[in-house]
Amino acid sequence: MENFLQERQRQIYRKGEQPYQLDCDKQSASGSVSQRACVFCGSRVVLYPIADAIHIVHGPVGCAAYTWDIRGSLSSGPELHRLSFSTDLREMDVVMGGEKKLYAALHELIDKYEPKAAFVYATCIVGIIGDDVEAVCKRVSREKNIPVLPVHSEGFKGTKKDGYKAACDAMFQLVGMAPVDDIPHISVNILGDFNLAGEIWIIREYFEKMGVHVVATMTGDARIHDIQRAHGAALNLVQCSGSMSHLAKSMKERWGIPFKRVSYFGVEDMARALYDVAEFFKDESVTARTAELVRSELSEVLPQLNAYKKDLRGKRAAIYVGGAFKAFSLVRALRTLGMTTALVGSQTGNREDYEQLRELCDEGTIIVDDSNPLELASFLEEKNVDLFIGGVKERPIAYKLGVGFCDHNHERKEALAGFKGMLNFAREVHSTVMSPVWKLTPRKRENNAKEYAA
Amino acid sequence: MSTFPILQKKAVLPNYAAVRNACKLCTPLGATLAFRGIEGALPFLHGSQGCATYMRRYLISHFREPMDIAASNFSEASTVFGGTEVFRQGIRNVQSQYHPALIGIATTCLTETIGEDMNLLMNRLRKSDEAGTLPILVPVSTPSYRGTHIDGFHAVALALVKQLAGNDGKPGSQINLFSGMISPADLRYLKEVLEDFHLEATLLPDYSETLDGPSLAEYHKIPEGGTKIDSIRAMGGAQCSIEFGRTLREKNTAALHLQKEHGVPAHQLGMPIGVRETDAFFDLLEKIAHRAMPRKHALERGRLIDAYVDGHKYVYGKRAIVYGEEDFVIGMVAFLAEIGVVPVLCASGGESGCLARSIAEVAPDLDDRTTIREGMDFATMEEVAQDLQADFLLGNSKGYTTARHMKIPVVRVGFPIHDRFGGQRILHLGYRGAQNLFDRIVNTLLTEKQENSPVGYSYL
Repeated sequence: MENFLQERQRQIYRKGEQPYQLDCDKQSASGSVSQRACVFCGSRVVLYPIADAIHIVHGPVGCAAYTWDIRGSLSSGPELHRLSFSTDLREMDVVMGGEKKLYAALHELIDKYEPKAAFVYATCIVGIIGDDVEAVCKRVSREKNIPVLPVHSEGFKGTKKDGYKAACDAMFQLVGMAPVDDIPHISVNILGDFNLAGEIWIIREYFEKMGVHVVATMTGDARIHDIQRAHGAALNLVQCSGSMSHLAKSMKERWGIPFKRVSYFGVEDMARALYDVAEFFKDESVTARTAELVRSELSEVLPQLNAYKKDLRGKRAAIYVGGAFKAFSLVRALRTLGMTTALVGSQTGNREDYEQLRELCDEGTIIVDDSNPLELASFLEEKNVDLFIGGVKERPIAYKLGVGFCDHNHERKEALAGFKGMLNFAREVHSTVMSPVWKLTPRKRENNAKEYAA
Repeated sequence: MSTFPILQKKAVLPNYAAVRNACKLCTPLGATLAFRGIEGALPFLHGSQGCATYMRRYLISHFREPMDIAASNFSEASTVFGGTEVFRQGIRNVQSQYHPALIGIATTCLTETIGEDMNLLMNRLRKSDEAGTLPILVPVSTPSYRGTHIDGFHAVALALVKQLAGNDGKPGSQINLFSGMISPADLRYLKEVLEDFHLEATLLPDYSETLDGPSLAEYHKIPEGGTKIDSIRAMGGAQCSIEFGRTLREKNTAALHLQKEHGVPAHQLGMPIGVRETDAFFDLLEKIAHRAMPRKHALERGRLIDAYVDGHKYVYGKRAIVYGEEDFVIGMVAFLAEIGVVPVLCASGGESGCLARSIAEVAPDLDDRTTIREGMDFATMEEVAQDLQADFLLGNSKGYTTARHMKIPVVRVGFPIHDRFGGQRILHLGYRGAQNLFDRIVNTLLTEKQENSPVGYSYL
């Protein structure tokens, strides 16, 4: 602990060892090497999967280059989201302003790719050089007759969460623009699922089997037209609550549509999400079909999960993810596999999230907000875990120390949602925890560290 | 598929306002990579938190190693009132967490645009109470709206020698090597070659261990390895400097700075890719070391030529699209030309203004058979390539989208490799590197031939 930053001490809590207190929702400490990104990242993450829109990053080239085809968000049709567009601002543009370049870029890209809408992301310097992005968007929208939406995502203007909000604000401008007469009453929007490895298709199928119509999926496999008629749904289901609850709240205010927080990870949470929806509609047929669906899925999945559980029972895991809501599901999913969680943390959890985590976790579990590589490495060593669940930036910390790893972030290529997804999750956890390679690593052998002495 | 390197009209190149699927990265990324090659150093970005996180993610996906980059993490307030406080706090926090010997500070578009004065910030810090405990601070100006990642990379080498290399050291027998952006495997190879020539050398930077390190029992805050700071200090007293990169001539580079300020003769060579460019490097080493090429390397050269002969028919007249950093492209073109492959399109996102001239130097016979283009992106490359009947792509993994659409293979070299394993271990340089490249290209072409053949020959 000696090298942990003083100003971060209150963002680390050990259950049972001290009275509960955990700071969160703070700007990351300068020089901390936070695992968080910026406002732009938050916006980009949320809007990225909208497949029939072009996404143009207004700024120097980096922000667009680093987010080119970055996630496994699948589309059943157009794939414009997999292209990376930048105005590539140069020194002269910084001096003279980038509006003309943005205008020209929008025109040529809309002509070439014929998108249903365009999102224009403002990056750090755009606000500083004084470009009126809003005005350019309005003008092009008028001239091209499609929505051209500015996303106010200057990197320094807050945290990733503010980026989520900016994205939701941009999307909210679309909602209500198309007729909804043909939408049946028993209908939902899926918010906060990004169709990684086709996950939203799994969930959508469950709802269809239940007799629940899905209006818009936001934003996995999303289409502009569906978002425009999202106000016709009876209920919003919000997963990854951090990223899209703002849109759900706006829709509740404007259209009176209620929303529910759900999670599709792990058999418990998945089943609960389906039952919650059935309960909301209070329709006998839906209720009966839901019970039948859950029963049939569980009877298929549980025996296989139990086979993995035999090997995994008693193994220890660490979790560090973007949103805390996902962490709840992961703690429960790991329990289903007989595993315990020794460390759990998130980049953007809020007070209620962490309260709930504390209730859920075992004694001795470390709960951490907005952590960094040195803290995480130290926790992995201290807790001697067998598995670390996180994203790309956490992976080398685990692997360097000879700890198994499971990617539960945007780059995953295996569907982990739904009942089927739980089976994939179990398979992946099993294949990393049970690998024989750990036996060769220095952490599991004695007197090995000297081998590298120069 | 064409068999003959036929003369054909040069591709007509469109000009777009937008960059579509960029074939370049932003300037500070190259700076953070270069700083990672200094012993005990931690890269630090003066700017938003996202820059550091995105670059870390991008680099980690290639190297599969921890890559910590700190950021001063600008807020709205620091953007308005200046970054003095976040900078001070950031440096202090890096110090207390990492205990670095050196902090490499790269600016970003944000801090450059609001006009942060790095010298002023440094001076304030040095005059503060914490001055006594400060590590070496090396600032480098890397606005992402000027240049590309390769410029950031070279800027760090220059900043380090400017700030640290002194005159006081006695002229030594050691040499300086500024390799440019190459793989950890390339760096290890260069060190081996220099050792075989009994030359004491300082490679700047050297991330051969820091970005391709061993499995550990305990986490290292800053990975071991890297160019020693004392060695950088001694660079002003070296026998000579070698600097790879044909586009670097007449530029303000580390080797030319040492020549001008400390009288260290600079030898600027092309990247030693392929036989001829490697010969130039070995010729120079023979002269500097006063010894003939060690037998080990003479044999590697001999085996390489033998392999060129054995495989010449598989590659002759094949048409390649080559892309990446300019000096890397130039090296690859030199190699392709000497084995009889026609680089029908040579493209880079960089804009040194020297690409065409340098390619003409290493492959003077290409003439009209090639199209050379700076400032290009992948989407334009794909459009241009429609008429070029290329057989394969040679470059980083970002060309995959293009290759997939064109239904031709991509031979992955350079940086980044995000969709294959072991990018950090690809060897490109020297006779050994050329052997590796040649084998891979031949086998890629043979695989294509075999899989697209109705017969499915088992001997090729």
